[in-house]
Amino acid sequence: MDTQELIKSQVTSNPVVLYMKGSPKFPQCGFSGLAVQILQASGVNDFTAIDVLADPAIRDGIKIYANWPTIPQLYIKGEFIGGADIMRDLYQQGELQKLLQEAVA
Amino acid sequence: MVSAQDLKNYITQGLACEHVQVLGDDGQHFEAIVVSPLFVGKNMVQQHQLVYQALGDRMREEIHALSMRTFTPEAWGKLNNTL
Repeated sequence: MDTQELIKSQVTSNPVVLYMKGSPKFPQCGFSGLAVQILQASGVNDFTAIDVLADPAIRDGIKIYANWPTIPQLYIKGEFIGGADIMRDLYQQGELQKLLQEAVA
Repeated sequence: MVSAQDLKNYITQGLACEHVQVLGDDGQHFEAIVVSPLFVGKNMVQQHQLVYQALGDRMREEIHALSMRTFTPEAWGKLNNTL
């Protein structure tokens, strides 16, 4: 399976997927850490976290997949939601919590 | 080393903006506010993609971390009126 297909399968077979640097317990970048905190503050603890530092092909491929040059990246039900800034804005508006609740319900 | 002013220039050269403000003085971490009429009718992902597009390869090679908030001129005007 090529990387783009692999990513597509990851984001469509899991309701909430976060591509990040490091792990939720040990994030390796401030933005990735913030993204994890926002998900947890939204009441979601069992999301799928994919460490891009562990896989160079995913690290490059994910930037192409969403035409988005930075990490973290959040996907809900296969849809690209945004990076840390957009997650923060949606969280402050209460929209992220709604999207997440619908996805994990 | 990239300065906040460099980054502001890159953004304004690549995207028609009404207002750009960039903060950050360590050469790696920046915060930007970008107001552009081209954001009208676009969602946040599409707005950020326009800024990333203006930065092109620099986003990959020179800029480690860019936090940004994007606004249409209308949204920016409303925000400033409430401050």
